[in-house]
Amino acid sequence: MAPPSSRRSGFSKKAQFSLFTGYLLAGAGALLGLALLTLSLWQPTAFAPLRGLAGDVVAPAGEVTAVARSGQQGFFSGIAGYFRAGSQNAALREEMELARIRLAEAEAVKAENRRLKALLGLQDKAVKPVAVARLVGSTATSGRRFAFLGAGSSDGVRPGMPVLSERGVIGRVLETGRASARVLLLTDSESVLPVRRANGDVVAFAEGRGDGMLRVRLVNLGINPLKPGDLMVTSGAGGYYRPGVAVAVITETTPDGGIARLVAEPSATNYVAVEPVYQPEAVAALRAQRAATGDVDNADREEEPAPPAAQAAQAAPSPSPSPTASATPDQGDE
Amino acid sequence: MERLNPHARADRYGSRINRTQSPIRVGSVPYLSIMLASLLPVLLIADVMPLLPSLGFLMLLAWRMVRPGLLPLWVGAPLGAFDDLFSGQPFGSAMLLWSLALIGIELIEARFPWRGFWQDWFTAGLAAVLVWLAGLMLSGAPVTPEMLVVALPQALLAVLLYPILARMVASLDRFRLARARRIG
Repeated sequence: MAPPSSRRSGFSKKAQFSLFTGYLLAGAGALLGLALLTLSLWQPTAFAPLRGLAGDVVAPAGEVTAVARSGQQGFFSGIAGYFRAGSQNAALREEMELARIRLAEAEAVKAENRRLKALLGLQDKAVKPVAVARLVGSTATSGRRFAFLGAGSSDGVRPGMPVLSERGVIGRVLETGRASARVLLLTDSESVLPVRRANGDVVAFAEGRGDGMLRVRLVNLGINPLKPGDLMVTSGAGGYYRPGVAVAVITETTPDGGIARLVAEPSATNYVAVEPVYQPEAVAALRAQRAATGDVDNADREEEPAPPAAQAAQAAPSPSPSPTASATPDQGDE
Repeated sequence: MERLNPHARADRYGSRINRTQSPIRVGSVPYLSIMLASLLPVLLIADVMPLLPSLGFLMLLAWRMVRPGLLPLWVGAPLGAFDDLFSGQPFGSAMLLWSLALIGIELIEARFPWRGFWQDWFTAGLAAVLVWLAGLMLSGAPVTPEMLVVALPQALLAVLLYPILARMVASLDRFRLARARRIG
């Protein structure tokens, strides 16, 4: 279809001016966009209040689809279950017997643990979640991996708080609205998380690759001790996450670490818990220290607040297997 | 005349006189449909890779191609700002890219005015792929090869979705201009 001839200006001064004004306004819009883009690349949190407001508006609709999503997952896994019922039954029975044995062993370890902790004068304090909510949406059209959470600052959620599902780490709260929050998922290519191997003293960083896998980079280079199947858990360095929460399982090894698959997939979760920042004093101290050295834009960067180099310096001297000990370098910073 | 043939003054959309459109619908349907298309992908949980191309931009392209001259040239900036609130891109990226795309299409159209469906599809596909690529570059995170690989289906989907969206826009346009009330 040809454009209507009314859009050609011809000799009419009025039409010529209105056409010119259209181009002028469009150009001004593009320039404004460029200016705002530069500002938001330089200061990623500059438009956080605006986005928080927008998130609050869509969160109720997201709740509805989140309910539908969890129902539908149950439906499909129910159908899939029928096809594999027999072989799965046998496998599960065998697995359950093994698990019973492991459970008994774990009881013994737990008892010993309690005794040793009593000797040391430590106490277990259960972390009470700030809020429990659904993931109501995500940025499905962008290269960045953010999710929207159905709880916000009115529920006590603050930027920096870790978001966990019952299986493991989901991500970290980045911006909050009143009734919604934006979560930086682990798979985002700006996300960096200090981790260690679950059954050992290997300390590493898990970085999002942007394609759903995590790149695990060891702090101490040398012979790579990682093997496919190793579970990586949070180390507690940096002060945001409490230590010992499952993060990812190594699927292949590389010279400087490995490629890992997430343990807790956000799309497969029903409810997630927002936990308070593990060591708020340590985080505040790190931030103040960075602000004092003039590295201002990094103080509120969207990644893990401490850059890998700074954390490597902390984590490397005392890679310790015990969760409580691995958090001490942060306290030493205060 | 009506006594001989009741349909004498009618075409297939009904009576040819006494057809009054709703002024609200005439003005709002294009903008609301584009904003709704910006909002819809938010409801999906994409934890591994981007699942959909920017539906808002495809909808804007479809309106621009199916009804040229309906949307003002500067509309990319406000609609892009709305899209930026939800898309996860840094604020301003869609404002910039959508404005540039609309200006580009307008300039090209002034030189090659006679178009058909295939040419529309080609232009829209090219614009969608370019904006997709630029959006990845401006996402605020370093572009890794893995990111590009998982985002490739997005580009393909953008090109393939255009004809469907163009048909949707055509039916939305019929709804926009449908008779709303009878005068007298």
